[in-house]
Amino acid sequence: MNEGVAYFLGICFSGLTRGSIYALMALGYTLVYGILSLINFAHGEVYMIGAFVGLVFAGLGTILGLGPVANAALALGAAIVWAGAYGFILERVAYRPLRRAPRLAPLITAIGMSLFLREFVILAQTSDFVAFPPLFEALPSLPQGWGEFVLPSELLILCSTLAVLFGLYLLVQHSKMGLAMRSIAQDPEMARLLGIDVDKIISFTFVLGSALAAVGAVLISAQIGQINANIGFIVGIKAFTAAVLGGVGSPGGAALGGLVLGLTESLAAGYLSSDYEDGFAFLVLVLILLFRPAGLVGKNLPEKV
Amino acid sequence: MKLRWKSHLLLCATLGLGSTAFGVENLKIGVAGALSGDLAPYGTPPKNAVVLAAEALNKKGGLLGRQVELVLVDDACKPEMAVNGANKLVGEKVVAVIGHTCSGATKAALPIYQNAKIPLLSPSATSPELTLSGNFPYFFRTIPHDAAQAVLEAQFITQVLKAKTVVVIHDKGDYGKGLAELVDQELKKRSVQVLLFEGVTPGAVDYSALIRKVKRLSPEVVVFGGYHPEATKIVSQAKQKGITAKFISGDGVKDPSFLKIGREAVEGYYATSPADLSTVPLAKSVTADLEKKGESPGNFGLAAHAAFGALAAAIAAVQSTDPDQIKAQLHQAKVDSTLGTISFDPHGDVVGAGFSVYQVQGGVFVDLRFVPQ
Repeated sequence: MNEGVAYFLGICFSGLTRGSIYALMALGYTLVYGILSLINFAHGEVYMIGAFVGLVFAGLGTILGLGPVANAALALGAAIVWAGAYGFILERVAYRPLRRAPRLAPLITAIGMSLFLREFVILAQTSDFVAFPPLFEALPSLPQGWGEFVLPSELLILCSTLAVLFGLYLLVQHSKMGLAMRSIAQDPEMARLLGIDVDKIISFTFVLGSALAAVGAVLISAQIGQINANIGFIVGIKAFTAAVLGGVGSPGGAALGGLVLGLTESLAAGYLSSDYEDGFAFLVLVLILLFRPAGLVGKNLPEKV
Repeated sequence: MKLRWKSHLLLCATLGLGSTAFGVENLKIGVAGALSGDLAPYGTPPKNAVVLAAEALNKKGGLLGRQVELVLVDDACKPEMAVNGANKLVGEKVVAVIGHTCSGATKAALPIYQNAKIPLLSPSATSPELTLSGNFPYFFRTIPHDAAQAVLEAQFITQVLKAKTVVVIHDKGDYGKGLAELVDQELKKRSVQVLLFEGVTPGAVDYSALIRKVKRLSPEVVVFGGYHPEATKIVSQAKQKGITAKFISGDGVKDPSFLKIGREAVEGYYATSPADLSTVPLAKSVTADLEKKGESPGNFGLAAHAAFGALAAAIAAVQSTDPDQIKAQLHQAKVDSTLGTISFDPHGDVVGAGFSVYQVQGGVFVDLRFVPQ
């Protein structure tokens, strides 16, 4: 293969790997925003907690002598359940009591919860970096020639993300739960009148978003091999950017926004300079919002009267 | 009546127990640095070492007949927190400050100490401009600045690794970028080709794209200016992607966390860091005392102990807390410290303490005893 082409593909896979994590995280922001018009600033911390739970259970699996696949499944499963529980409790404790409060109030509690969770993990665990077990070591090697531009773990992250996205699409578009979610997004009062348990659906949305964040956290932590209590911060900002880029409130847009953002950063680092990686990411955001204020796939809705 | 007499006695006893006996005020010394956050492993051992030194001094009667009281300030290596901390210490009327940990935080806090004329002695801030700019006459440090480190790194790269092509990466911070720029200059002086000079954002999800770029350039050596969290992230991803170049960094990576997190990936990694002090008697006894308390001197603990020692000696010598007298005394005196016999040059940089090149071998840092030609 031409060396330049292999390099280009490699940079794209770097971007798609990172973009996958942004996409999984952005979905959490966008699902919650779609239903509650609330930006859940504590989402990055749920991601971080997912990574820590994955770490603890992967370590446990190693002690129990589990095989690599079983160990990865245990870490991922535990992270999903645990982060989901955090999402559920977060909504119960911090957002539900403020359902009828002015919109600024839940925003402030969101920031408060974000700080609280981060400090909690620092006190309960450590402020230092800790090594994350290499869950992907047992992956089979790729066919001859592929190694020039992609790692097995990158392919695994991308494929798992696409599978999760497809599952989410089925859930939102073709299940009763999804129908209820979409109806609340349109008009919560009407949904309530039609007999939908709005609080239950909102809880479910938080659990779902948190579980997606946990999947992203475990996948990328196993890839880079280290975590600490602050890892949720930058990912949170980037994923929020991705959600806005795609059109906040639209799950398809969040997924697309995440991948586009990841690719932009990667191409900027690969062909220009990694100094300006973040600059280019936000430049693309500004350009897209200039020409499509509602985001890539967002619809420009007239203000509700 | 009896009762009242008793209560008076009690009152006197309380006063006596508190170290402000006979109404003499404590002599306050500030200790500022990263006591929390990602870089706490660099700030906590210096604090512990200063606490140990102050306890020992107080047992011997303190300074100027007063007990030394330490005022601790945590800046998490963040400039804005360092400014707040500096203002707090000025408000507390400290005589001098040991700190801060990171160059960026030190740079931000220095003008405040400068205005209040408070001498500042850092055990770990290595950015050259802090002393060389000449703007801060009350600033001293017990660690050589990065230019000394950069020269050593460049000499090691050319004389031992014999590399012709190098990639320089940094973390955009005052310390990391400063060191990287100096190494870059020194390498170019020695006609080594620097293929790439780029910064990464600390805390970014991964550095995969940059690493593919480095792989394409296939340098013989990668220089990274920054701290251990990014270093382990970069080197482990580089090994995943099959980069065989040798890695070298400054003292920002020489930390146990680097070994613990990097595991096999950091095997063979080179780092310049202050020379091994296990032969200095005072260093031995201080290390033993710290270990008795379940602490360790870390990278900068001994330098912090030396900074406190130099300061205490200066105050005792001039028998005053006047900042100008302390400053003048620091500039002229030679002090026996945990770093050996040290003094300060006119810029405030330490004389008599140096850097060595270490390599990770079998999971520990080994001093290579590199002597430049």
